[in-house]
Amino acid sequence: MQAVWHAGYNNSDNNGDAVDIHEYQAKEILSGYGIKIAEGGLAYSPEDAVQRAREIGGHIWAVKAQIHSGARGKAGGIKICKTHDDVEAAAEALLGKRLVTHQTGPVGKVCARLYVEAGTDIAKELYFCFLVDRSSERIVMVGSAQGGMDIEELAVTQPDAITKIYIEPAVGLQDYQAREMAFALGLDTEILSHAVKTIRGCYRALRDLDASMLEINPLVITRSGELVALDAKMGFDENALFRQQKISELRDKTQEDPRETAAADRGLSYVGLDGDIGCMINGAGLAMATMDMIKLAGGEPANFLDVGGGASAERTEKAFRLVLADKNVKAMLVNIFAGINRCDWIAEGVVQAVRKIDMKVPLIVRLSGTNVEEGRRIIAGSGLPIITAETLAEAAEKAVQARNEVVAREA
Amino acid sequence: MAILINETTRIIVQGFTGKIGSFHAQDMMNYGSLVVGGVTPGKGGQTHLGLPVFNTVKEAVQQAEAEASIIFVPPAFAADSIIEAADAGIKYCVAITDGIPTQDMMTVKSFLRRFAKEDRMVLTGPNCAGTISPGRSMLGIMPGHIYMQGNVGIVGRSGTLGYEAADQMKRLGIGISTSVGIGGDPINGSSHRDVLELFEQDPETKVVLMIGEIGGPQEVDAGFFARDHMTKPVVAYIAGLTAPEGRRMGHAGAIISSAGESASEKVALLRELGVTICPTPAAMGATIAEVLANI
Repeated sequence: MQAVWHAGYNNSDNNGDAVDIHEYQAKEILSGYGIKIAEGGLAYSPEDAVQRAREIGGHIWAVKAQIHSGARGKAGGIKICKTHDDVEAAAEALLGKRLVTHQTGPVGKVCARLYVEAGTDIAKELYFCFLVDRSSERIVMVGSAQGGMDIEELAVTQPDAITKIYIEPAVGLQDYQAREMAFALGLDTEILSHAVKTIRGCYRALRDLDASMLEINPLVITRSGELVALDAKMGFDENALFRQQKISELRDKTQEDPRETAAADRGLSYVGLDGDIGCMINGAGLAMATMDMIKLAGGEPANFLDVGGGASAERTEKAFRLVLADKNVKAMLVNIFAGINRCDWIAEGVVQAVRKIDMKVPLIVRLSGTNVEEGRRIIAGSGLPIITAETLAEAAEKAVQARNEVVAREA
Repeated sequence: MAILINETTRIIVQGFTGKIGSFHAQDMMNYGSLVVGGVTPGKGGQTHLGLPVFNTVKEAVQQAEAEASIIFVPPAFAADSIIEAADAGIKYCVAITDGIPTQDMMTVKSFLRRFAKEDRMVLTGPNCAGTISPGRSMLGIMPGHIYMQGNVGIVGRSGTLGYEAADQMKRLGIGISTSVGIGGDPINGSSHRDVLELFEQDPETKVVLMIGEIGGPQEVDAGFFARDHMTKPVVAYIAGLTAPEGRRMGHAGAIISSAGESASEKVALLRELGVTICPTPAAMGATIAEVLANI
């Protein structure tokens, strides 16, 4: 099992919340770095799609749903068309459709843009990617002559079919490493220099743009002996966006969870989950631990929410609104361990938020750390029906109990 | 003893005159840390909080004999500050800054690897709460008063969850030799394993509590180290039982992206490696108490 983490392949397929962009955007970037792509164009309507097919010419096209997810083919997001009528029908079927892949989660993602591309005459499909490897603290280049397959599955069933080459950041990718990869991919010597140029181009794109991953699956050899990126996926380091203005502009927020986007805009870190106990906690580790305690006490958390270090009254109110916007929430737990924060400030923020928002569900508050006594006095003196707890275990138990009472009353 | 810092460690603050740097420098001084000055380029020669300000880390090392530094520099410039510290001969650096680009951290790590291990600056963080040897020195942003001095070493990614552990232990009358925050980023200065190595060599530390979370290989790597190279018992809690796959839980590093990275998988592997697992996050103190009682 250890070999699997160290390879880190799955990062490439499940890029979490790096900033993703669409296939057509990634291809445009790569094209600028000398990587060959098939001719294609963007379409927002079936008419657009037919127009793009006309401009491209030929008699075979791929109509591809632009959603932030891989594995679109299996989900029916890529349609091969042989006539303009087919292109129109494919576009009609895809636009506005919610596509569910194993990477989107059960909710899926809505397709609002299409990429119409010339058909490619494929001789062989390869797998190729660059990604940040946490163990070696380097960029790793991963390739396999067995493209088009599920790379995660391949990593388990045939690990030898995958080649990994680690790149020393101070020196960067060297030509010999690119050649080594080209040979591992089984490329003919006639296209070796073309392959090295392609691989170097990908690496430059990754480095220049602070990408955390770049995946071409498949990278194809055409019958005329060219290497073409048939698909392209790029994810970028959110921490580096301050120096990557162009990437920030490519961001398509309609592909991101609106609640998470709203939270991020307010400087909060939020992840929606399936349970019904809302949470507001300071610090990511304590937030996860509190959610674990809820589960161990027999409940299910409705969300992860880290309010961070400086939880002002305003921020607290925003956090409350965010948690309570989820209609599944049947009880809400606040767990704050104040370091730089002070419990009395937090308590005032909570009291203010509860007074301002008409809270319909029970609230459980556990405060600890700096100025805890004053904080508790403020909560107790507020006259509000807030349930308090001293320890983490007590807080979770009381939250689950309150939730169960609400559910019993509703039944 | 303790590890990394004690009452004689000479500390400088990088980003000294800024609002955050000033606040925490004062807080560390109030705790009793030996802060000897700070660095803010362009403000060299001034006095701030009664201490000298230097233009460069090199000057702070030469003139104030600085050995340790703490970084409050904004993310865009933080990697440069870390490398400056290493180049100037600082022995131990804590990077508090959250949001340093991953490629910058790769560059930092690559630079640090150029030094022989015995000459290499130890870096913890970024995106961490710092390090405290209770009763001796605090090089961080934690509430110092919740830590009691004693024999348990703590290493963890999370700030507030580390506070929770210290608080549970204090309630049971258990003290801490040193508590080290290694931070929530995917690429960090020191790993869990690196810190376990230091605790193993510290005569004062009897037991180590490792507070891990989902994502990455570090906790299990540390488990292998504990099994193969440690005489001291290691207790662990891994946060994120309820975390779904592929979603980042606040910390950039807290994301299950490969097999073996979920909390339950890590717990199973650590248990196999002989690490004592805290059954719940509320039982960190109690589990440590049991292990201490059996030594």
